[in-house]
Amino acid sequence: MEYGFTTAAYVLAAILFILSLGGLSGQESAKRAVWYGIVGMAIAVAATMIGPGSGNWGVALILLALGGAAGWQVAQRVQMTEMPQLVAAMHSLVGLAAVFIGFNAEIEMNRVAAMLRDAGIAGCDPALSAIGCAAAAGQGELFAGVTGFALKVAQKIAVEVTILQVEVFLGVFIGAVTFTGSVIAYGKLSGKVNSKAIQLPGGHLLNAAAAAGSLVLLFLYIGGAGWWTLALMSLLAFFIGYHLIMGIGGADMPVVVSMLNSYSGWAAAAIGFSLSNDLLIVVGALVGSSGAILSYIMCKAMNRSFVSVILGGFGNTAGPAQEIAGEQIAIDAEGVAAALNDAESIIIVPGYGMAVAQAQQSVSELTRKLRAKGKNVRFAIHPVAGRLPGHMNVLLAEAKVPYDIVLEMDEINADFPETDVVIVIGSNDIVNPAAQEDPNSPIAGMPVLEVWKAKQVFVSKRGQGTGYSGIENPLFYKENTRMFYGDAKKSIDALLPLID
Amino acid sequence: MKIGAPREIYEGEARVAMTPDSAVQLMKLGHTCCIEAGAGMKAGFADAAYAAAGVEVLPDVAAVYAAADVIVKVRAPEPQEAAMLRDGQTLISFFWPAQNPDLLEQCRARGATVVAMDMVPRISRAQKMDALSSMANIAGYRAVIEAGNNFGRFFTGQVTAAGKVPPAKVLVVGAGVAGLAAIGTAVSLGAIVHAFDVRPEVAEQIESMGANFVFLEFEPTQDGAATGGYAAPSSPEFREKQLAKFRELAPEMDIVITTALIPGRPAPKLWTADMVAMMKRGSVIVDLAAERGGNCDLTVPDQKIVTENGVTVIGYTDFPSRMAAQASTLYATNIRHFLSDLTPKKDGVIVHNMDDDVIRSATVTHRGEVTYPPPPPKVQAIAAAKPKEKPKELTPEERRAQEAAAFRKQTRDQVALLAGGGALILLMGLVTPASFMSHFIVFVLAVFVGFQVIWNVSHSLHTPLMAVTNAISSIIILGALLQIGSGSNLVILLAALSVLMAGVNIFGGFQVTRRMLAMFQKS
Repeated sequence: MEYGFTTAAYVLAAILFILSLGGLSGQESAKRAVWYGIVGMAIAVAATMIGPGSGNWGVALILLALGGAAGWQVAQRVQMTEMPQLVAAMHSLVGLAAVFIGFNAEIEMNRVAAMLRDAGIAGCDPALSAIGCAAAAGQGELFAGVTGFALKVAQKIAVEVTILQVEVFLGVFIGAVTFTGSVIAYGKLSGKVNSKAIQLPGGHLLNAAAAAGSLVLLFLYIGGAGWWTLALMSLLAFFIGYHLIMGIGGADMPVVVSMLNSYSGWAAAAIGFSLSNDLLIVVGALVGSSGAILSYIMCKAMNRSFVSVILGGFGNTAGPAQEIAGEQIAIDAEGVAAALNDAESIIIVPGYGMAVAQAQQSVSELTRKLRAKGKNVRFAIHPVAGRLPGHMNVLLAEAKVPYDIVLEMDEINADFPETDVVIVIGSNDIVNPAAQEDPNSPIAGMPVLEVWKAKQVFVSKRGQGTGYSGIENPLFYKENTRMFYGDAKKSIDALLPLID
Repeated sequence: MKIGAPREIYEGEARVAMTPDSAVQLMKLGHTCCIEAGAGMKAGFADAAYAAAGVEVLPDVAAVYAAADVIVKVRAPEPQEAAMLRDGQTLISFFWPAQNPDLLEQCRARGATVVAMDMVPRISRAQKMDALSSMANIAGYRAVIEAGNNFGRFFTGQVTAAGKVPPAKVLVVGAGVAGLAAIGTAVSLGAIVHAFDVRPEVAEQIESMGANFVFLEFEPTQDGAATGGYAAPSSPEFREKQLAKFRELAPEMDIVITTALIPGRPAPKLWTADMVAMMKRGSVIVDLAAERGGNCDLTVPDQKIVTENGVTVIGYTDFPSRMAAQASTLYATNIRHFLSDLTPKKDGVIVHNMDDDVIRSATVTHRGEVTYPPPPPKVQAIAAAKPKEKPKELTPEERRAQEAAAFRKQTRDQVALLAGGGALILLMGLVTPASFMSHFIVFVLAVFVGFQVIWNVSHSLHTPLMAVTNAISSIIILGALLQIGSGSNLVILLAALSVLMAGVNIFGGFQVTRRMLAMFQKS
């Protein structure tokens, strides 16, 4: 029944999507890879529209154009520092779409069942499909007018319908979790929701109870309890998404975003199963697995297990934190500039604070000036710096910092002892020596940038607070550390005229 | 209190313990000052300059001793000077209590409090009164100047119209304060400087001054930090190695400056007669340890000699005194700092606080008792060097075995995973219909491809990756497109909403990704 043409187009689209992801291995090939993705998507949509089972595509085109225009506008206007929340917001759309499509599948199934019932046919042989059953009852014309997805449902035998129900149920569940989870992630990233880990009393027991409730509902649903089970499960899943992400602290957001990304993929794959659409399955699986790996990489960078991130509760210490002796010594712009003028090699460690203060342009200007003087200026990026995997790279790229001086932790960590000056701009935990020195620290064992080994460290920071994760940072008290208080952008701007 | 500085009577001593500048500062502490007439003459400070600064100039030494509550001096007192001390009077000078027990006893018997400037501990707080260091600094500088004076060539290499001049090669043995000062001076004159020290941890300091550290292949046995920053005697094996290294260097070196001293012992013999014999004619050896017997076998204290093969060996012991103006300024400042510690309220009243680490260490007699030697200082001079952890070197066999084990483990894991996964899929195939399995195969393969592809994505592109996968995940639009043609209005509505949302995602996602990637550029 499927046109061979549509299937062929799907194969082509799937290959293009794989190439698109694979092409992201390098900056230059990535630019080509995006186009693979775009063409793949165009082929997939076009093939589906002209393919079997679709209709009403006039409406579809108009809505696609409307949505596309809106998406384009947002994408053009968004600041690069707002990237994390944009990605989170977009995930929520995919999640909600999956929920709607799942509901549609349920409605169609009910419609087919209702048609059989209305025709007075009952007690079908489980080995027969709805159409077969109608034909056996002598009403072969019953489903003649049925097209699209309903037709597919009508062709399924009883076991297949049960599997379909499971698939729909799963798709709606994952989609619903993704939706509320992404909305909360968006809220946390954009500062509209408190970024601290907050849980209702009962904590993860609530989540577990909701999940168990969903499982019970699944059996009821398969047993034919009706559409209310699906609706109730959606509500439970919405709650799980909300509560799960609320319980995860701000510092774990990079993992959360990539995890939600993975979920949206799995939701698409589940929907693909229920619609028997291979391309949906393939792409959903691609996205799902890529998001999972990304989460895994992030977790490894923080030396935490995936489970501990998901279960949240960042900041639960095993014992009293180490006492920190000494005091934070402040320094003014002149002092920093003098040290920079004398320095041969400089490493800049940016963090979320740079993004918040929108200081990347100033940092780039500073870098340009220092490089013009023949100094060796490099950037050290911790894998979890910022609120999104690779966040800092994107910001620095936006500010036209050449990417070959932007190095990863493993590449640059050994170079700190030979470095004259390190400037830490708005990062805290990723340069916290407690991770190595204090076994009781909540971040003990997390790989960190060893900035304190440099001859001199300047920390640009808004004030004396402990920052995002609330962990005290002994770096600020070290003898070779000077605190450069103030808004990151203003601080760096103050430095610029002093570099000569 | 009245601070008085007598004229130094030790022969050849040109320094003075009080300068007009330091006197002004002392008066700010509430003290009054007096000085013996002519005391500063050899250092270039005229009596008139003292008088102008408000210092009372007294005609003879007896008047100074009679008038002053605190006597400041450079050299340790001669017995006849010590005899003039009176009960309750304080003497501040170099004293060398270990070498001068008789003098110590004499001062104690007189009831005087004696502060030995050479006993000031080497801790950060006391650096401002560390007269040994300030004198050593001068000695190091002067040693190079003295060497240059006796060396017939330039320090710096030059290529001139009249021919090429090779740079002088200087070896500095012992990188204490004097050694480092000598290195700095020689380097700034343009010489090629090598430096040696038994304490490996000073290599960094040597290199920071611009000299090459002469590296000795030897297991470190002593921690220089444990001895308060001074060198300790080394083992015979180490000494042999060291001498062998010097023999290797001797023929090349034009100037050798030795500064090796071990506290409380005669200077170690490091530059033996045979090394001198190996040196080129015209070379110069400056032995800063001459006063304690010299590092060089041929050194004659207080004299300059020329060996048979034309090597000049300088054994002067009065380098600081040869730069009396500079030395007096620095020494007087050290003394002044000590007095300001002794006058905590700046009201001219001296409080001899024996609980203070610095004052306690430097005081050798107090209230009729000998207080030498002092208890060990509470603060360590230098943080103890942490023993370096060496990663265990693996032999090739071990490494190969390790790799093989890792490979075996990997294989085992993979096989187990494949077998488990395969069994699971086969089990599923038993109960599920073929139509599901065909989709399931596609799903599993896609997951596998996804895993393989994403590992290669570079770290810096993770954000674009997220944006791309986000855009791609809106492939869910296909589901909506398949349902929008349905007969039910509710289905059409929900599907239409889904199309709208997916549309936002597709265009937004790809556009953002393109914007991001366009920004990445090479320098």
